[in-house]
Amino acid sequence: MKHMLLIGILVAISTISIHTGLDSIGLLPPQASAQAIAIDELFEWHVWMISFLFSLIVVTLVYSLIAFRRRRGETGDGAHIEGHAGLEVLWTMAPLFVVVYLAFIGAQSLGETRRVDPSALEVDVIAGQWFWRFEYPGQGVVSTELVLPVDRQVYLRMESLDVIHSFWVPEFRVKQDIVPGQVTELRITPIMTGSYKVLCAELCGTSHAYMEAVVIVLDESDFADWLAGQSASVEDDPVARGRRLSEQNGCLACHSVDGSQKVGPTWTGLFGSQVRLADDSVALADENFIISSILDPDMQVVEGYTAGVMPSNYRDLFEESQLDDIVAYIISLGK
Amino acid sequence: MKEFFSLGLVRGLVYQFFGALAGIGIISGIRALMGLETAGSFGFSEPAWVFGALLGAITFLFGSGVLDDWLKWAAGEETADHHDGSHLGWRRYFGPSLDHKVIGIQYLVTALFVMAVGGSLALVFRTELAASGLQFLTTTFQVFQQNGMQLYNTLMSLHGMLMIVSILLGIAALMNYAVPLLIGARDMAFPRLNAFSFWIAVPAAIILLSSLFLGGFDTGWTGYPPLSARAPLGMQMFFLGVSLAGFSSILGGLNILATVIRLRVPGMAPFRMPIFVWASVATSIISLTATQLIGLSFQMVMLQRLFGLGFFDPAKGGNPVLFQHLFWFYSHPAVYVFVLPGLGIISELLPVFVRKPLFGYRWVAMSSLGIALVGFLVWGHHMFTSGMAEYLRVPFMYSTLLVAVPTGVKFFSWVGTVWRGKISFPTPMLYVLAGIIVFLMGGLTGPPNATVATDLHLHDTYYIVGHFHDTMFGGYIFPFFAAIYFWFPKVTGRRMNETLGKIQFWLLTPSFLALTFSMMQVGLLGMRRRVADYDPALGFDLSHLVMTISGFLVAASALLFIINLIHSARKGEPAPGNIWDSRSPEWQVASPMPVENYEIPFEVVGEPYDYGMPGSKFVEFKRGRHESK
Repeated sequence: MKHMLLIGILVAISTISIHTGLDSIGLLPPQASAQAIAIDELFEWHVWMISFLFSLIVVTLVYSLIAFRRRRGETGDGAHIEGHAGLEVLWTMAPLFVVVYLAFIGAQSLGETRRVDPSALEVDVIAGQWFWRFEYPGQGVVSTELVLPVDRQVYLRMESLDVIHSFWVPEFRVKQDIVPGQVTELRITPIMTGSYKVLCAELCGTSHAYMEAVVIVLDESDFADWLAGQSASVEDDPVARGRRLSEQNGCLACHSVDGSQKVGPTWTGLFGSQVRLADDSVALADENFIISSILDPDMQVVEGYTAGVMPSNYRDLFEESQLDDIVAYIISLGK
Repeated sequence: MKEFFSLGLVRGLVYQFFGALAGIGIISGIRALMGLETAGSFGFSEPAWVFGALLGAITFLFGSGVLDDWLKWAAGEETADHHDGSHLGWRRYFGPSLDHKVIGIQYLVTALFVMAVGGSLALVFRTELAASGLQFLTTTFQVFQQNGMQLYNTLMSLHGMLMIVSILLGIAALMNYAVPLLIGARDMAFPRLNAFSFWIAVPAAIILLSSLFLGGFDTGWTGYPPLSARAPLGMQMFFLGVSLAGFSSILGGLNILATVIRLRVPGMAPFRMPIFVWASVATSIISLTATQLIGLSFQMVMLQRLFGLGFFDPAKGGNPVLFQHLFWFYSHPAVYVFVLPGLGIISELLPVFVRKPLFGYRWVAMSSLGIALVGFLVWGHHMFTSGMAEYLRVPFMYSTLLVAVPTGVKFFSWVGTVWRGKISFPTPMLYVLAGIIVFLMGGLTGPPNATVATDLHLHDTYYIVGHFHDTMFGGYIFPFFAAIYFWFPKVTGRRMNETLGKIQFWLLTPSFLALTFSMMQVGLLGMRRRVADYDPALGFDLSHLVMTISGFLVAASALLFIINLIHSARKGEPAPGNIWDSRSPEWQVASPMPVENYEIPFEVVGEPYDYGMPGSKFVEFKRGRHESK
């Protein structure tokens, strides 16, 4: 009985200190969406449960190891206790009730994150190797940054152009894969203005680590201003159009425009240069070379780079005039 | 030299090399005749490489001699029932043997080798991750036709699968060696099938490793299409290697089940079997019935790549999410394949060092089966964010959380076992205790992944990486070390060095805990898994440095273990007797174990774990009856 009392006290102390310790080191990123509030509440349950169960088992175990250790010179065996049916039933049934209840509040929490607001702002998310693009239907706005109004639910309709990607903003908590051939959706209600990042959470190939985009949450009037500013700026300069296309289709994730080294060759000074290919031949980087390199990237691999890295689906993504815009942009980056 | 080439392993490798060449030649020839392209990346077309690898694996089996008896039977010849290879000395370990103990050691050495390779790969990419930015796996770095970031993906993916293969080989080692001894059988039920199960794993591991040199693959060990449908040639080697290794698991599981059902000594009723045997049964049920699904899912992607079949190609009406269902239908139960034997080891060894019966033996035995059965119903929890039908998420949440119930029974029973014991702490016991605590960490960090809402945050983060490393180390690595320290004297007649064992333990345990704790912490804060680089603005540099240092300390402890293993096998303190004072039958006879196992048969006359009950016995050797035979 003395043992039990002592263990009970130690378990209580340990539970509270583990919980306090975990809380004080800060386990979660800032709470920037309504969904995060519901999810963090559930996390709080988990942290309590982990603190208690860890303490219960470890304190009892370590206590026994010390109290019932074999002392020097001691021989013989421990007490012959084969088991206790009542205890076994207890520690089968009690966890059963706990997990069923946990699943119940887990389902409620899930329901909370999926609550539909019919007046939600709709945004189409296009994901590809390795870029994000956000389209605001009805506004004619296409952006490489996800700009959202605060305190209004946003309904994301997400499509992938190639492989599986996954939409995740840690501050918003929720995550959803984007599967080719299927439209997946996510509902987020930002509650805090600021700047975040959307990260691709599903391994999607070579540059997966760098597949991120800026997310900006603005208050209602700033958002309206941004939207108006974006839809006004329709470009009639092919170079500007080419730059936007390159940004919106992920070209610049791998090709730098300042001469620095990335996964693919830089575009600075590319046009008109002599390019050494992997098969030791030399090619002139003219319009035809650039267009065929976009459409069939593995036909002419530049020396020092690897075949199969660049996606080969641009034939389906670009119209001819758009290719011309991109070439115009590359030409503008100098010989 | 001639002796060297008479070794089954060497002959197998030579055969595999020429078999692979022949396979590549055949397909290239056929393609040339059909007017198809014969050249490709790495010289030949993808179908030629795949067929070559497959043919090489088959010719390996012929060359190694593991099929000899079956071929003789097919030709109507008789073979000896049991080969006594002991006159071969060390050479019997390098060719097909029918002795379950030799096969157990073969499995063990292969498992350690694969673990060393897989672990070393982790050190390479862990070094890359020590700071943000790319350190040496940069975009200008080129090796095996991969740039640094591609190589990162290959190393990370291959680390995962090599460790899994190593674990499967490791549990096969333990079950092969221990189960027949624990139930008093002379050998496994199907000794030739047993040898086959081991030897198929050798070419499979070689093919799997070859993926590193054939362009690698960038999908992680999960191989999800469409990414895997467009990955380099190495992807196919990965798929083929894993599919072949699957045979080892399936047939090994079948053999264990048949052995336990048919070959127990008289008196060993099911509830008098040593608890490790129960764990082996539960594990074998899973590997016998679920492994096919991972093979199937991988082969479907192989066929999609080779013949353009559109199983998972949305452009052809296929569905990428279907792959994930097939894949996880094995790969979730598989984690119970990895941990159930380890949990069995904990339950098996704990009573010996506590000197008390295993608390609630029947409940512990049934909890293994319970985990195995519930484990078949939970695969969807890997897919909460996958875009599968949304309503499936709630039932999978309930079924997943149910796993906690039988797992809890084990923990409470272990605590019940140590209560009022007379506990001593030799090296195996230390690993048992750390195994319990580390597995508890793995277990308790599981429910946040099971409740869907929290998993939406945790999925594909470092939290998951930390969680499953805890379950794998607690459920496999720690018990595996415990088992080797415990049974090493049975195998060699010598005991492992206690001092080195304890140094290894105190090196491994704190650094491993620091490693996984940091993993989970940065994961919660927003660190994605499977990335070669991370944003310095996240402020994770220090945590990653801690993880890298811890990772190297874990590796150092593994190295120390291997040194101890080799040193003790040669010069360890002789230990011919029952050094742990165990009641188990294998310790009632002298070590090392004779070739034919028990020279005098025994019967079970009591309960396996009645420590503390004076005069009780588990087994009784029937000398008289043996002599009258």
